[in-house]
Amino acid sequence: MKHLTPVNRKAARVREVTKDVVALQQGGPPQQPEPPHIPHGCSLVFAPGWEADRNGGTAGLCQPVERDLFDCHMGCFWPAQVPDQLNHAPDWTAKCAAAQKDWRKIDLVFPSDEKKK
Amino acid sequence: MTRIGLREFHPFEAAGRRFLYLVPSAAVFALDECSMAVLDQLASGPRPVDDVTDGLSARFARADVIEAIGELHRARALGATQGDAGPAPEPQPKIIPLSPVPLQTLVVNVTNQCNLSCTYCYEYGEDKIVDTENGKQPKFMSEATARDAVEFALRESRDNPRAHITFFGGETLMNFAVLKSTIGYARRRAAELGKDIDFSLTTNATLLRPDVIEFLADERVGVTISIDGPEEMQDKFRVFNNGTGSYAVAAPKIKALLARHRSRPIGARVTLTRQTLDVGRIYRHLTEELGFWEVGFAPVTTAPGRDYAITDGGFDHLLAQFRALAHEYLEASLQGRHHGFSNVRETLQELHHGHAKAYPCGAGLGLMGVSTDGDVALCHRFAGSADHKLGSVRDGVSWATQQAFLDTHHVFSKTDCTTCWARPICAGGCYHEAHTRYGSTTRPNLHYCEWIRGWTHTCLEIYGELAERNPEFLRQFDDEDVPEKVS
Repeated sequence: MKHLTPVNRKAARVREVTKDVVALQQGGPPQQPEPPHIPHGCSLVFAPGWEADRNGGTAGLCQPVERDLFDCHMGCFWPAQVPDQLNHAPDWTAKCAAAQKDWRKIDLVFPSDEKKK
Repeated sequence: MTRIGLREFHPFEAAGRRFLYLVPSAAVFALDECSMAVLDQLASGPRPVDDVTDGLSARFARADVIEAIGELHRARALGATQGDAGPAPEPQPKIIPLSPVPLQTLVVNVTNQCNLSCTYCYEYGEDKIVDTENGKQPKFMSEATARDAVEFALRESRDNPRAHITFFGGETLMNFAVLKSTIGYARRRAAELGKDIDFSLTTNATLLRPDVIEFLADERVGVTISIDGPEEMQDKFRVFNNGTGSYAVAAPKIKALLARHRSRPIGARVTLTRQTLDVGRIYRHLTEELGFWEVGFAPVTTAPGRDYAITDGGFDHLLAQFRALAHEYLEASLQGRHHGFSNVRETLQELHHGHAKAYPCGAGLGLMGVSTDGDVALCHRFAGSADHKLGSVRDGVSWATQQAFLDTHHVFSKTDCTTCWARPICAGGCYHEAHTRYGSTTRPNLHYCEWIRGWTHTCLEIYGELAERNPEFLRQFDDEDVPEKVS
């Protein structure tokens, strides 16, 4: 900080914790109201249907009704209900260059399919 | 169009520089010319960024202004808004601890009896909570209960490497026998558990015999003496049963204590009333004539309308006197000399750390009080009160009760406090004072808001002066582990 000098210990901590925030690092003024902070990956936020169902149940974890498999596949560390692209289904997304356009080309993978490969 | 506007802070000046005390973070920042100019531009209301940079183009480079705006934004001194109103307050979740918090200080009321009959006493006077005369509690704590209290303090200190016990009363020394054996027991038990333990007590000094003084000095027991000042002030309210003043008995004993007890600094604790509002004179008498290392002052706790209650005008008078003595403290501190006005020291300590408090004190959290029968209450002032009971030293405390207390007493539950800039340091003030004044511990102490803000502002100015002119002095406040003062 060049224009503000932290004086007490709390101010020093404010300087430390805010200096890594990329959006603020340029030092520019806020042009838009700040969007809410949402961490990446479903497991870091509480979203019923993901960690727990709407009744708080945990029986069917990581089986979202939306079957939004592509997101689980890309961003999730949890062993989700998606094909194991590393070992068994390396070509699973081969036909899907851009998920927004090509999502219909992602098909289900069955154990027999995996064996063939 | 998006504009930028001021968020919540309290500005102050010291040593020719401008500072911000940010609310609610309690961070203190010093400003440079450019950031001051930005804040001045926004004083009349939110404006677009370009307006601000254009307005300052004659004095500062645009890049500098943008940078200053960015830094002020990071410190939450300003924020984005769409309309003429200032930025919306940031959401502040009310955070209640999820698991029990280690106990730092246990205040043990070894007796509820006293050899004095101070008119304003919160334990015996008109505003008492517990019937100490005919109530269910024993008049003296038994040795067995005191040992249970020690076990409770050690157990509840959890992972903390140290525990602290403050002995209190009544007049603490009326139960010296139990106090003495309890300290021995506590030291043994703490050693077995590999913990540090230390002790302090508060007394009116009238029972300080030579053997008591020896013991307190040898055992390094911190001592706070309740005394109101020179003879005519002390004897106004601090009297024996028959109305005789206590100064003549207490003063020689205090001198003997101060001459012998050198292992811990000894402080005086003064109760200020409408009739004894002469802070400078009291301070000088207690430090120069009696030799106290430090003196702390507190306005008497009372229901409104009592003869000794400090009225509104009295608080202004009090603030002026506090300010004068605080400036003496500043002069001494700039020269590296000790000054014993402990109210300033304690506030500086809090400002230095910048803890934004959700609760005014540690009562019911890191501090609890034990009554003579072993019941555990919020603090010593509520010891023995069934309404403020958290548990007992034998059965422990109920975390659910504690959590319910923390939920209802959080500063966010005090509507009046939500717009006050002093809330990070005040959080509504003493529960006992609120109970006495308004009949409920959940109420903020609105009768002394002006006083708190005035005093905090004065201490901020002193903090700023010291930060600019003698920053080394503030290093002494780096230590976090300071037991809470009990009075």
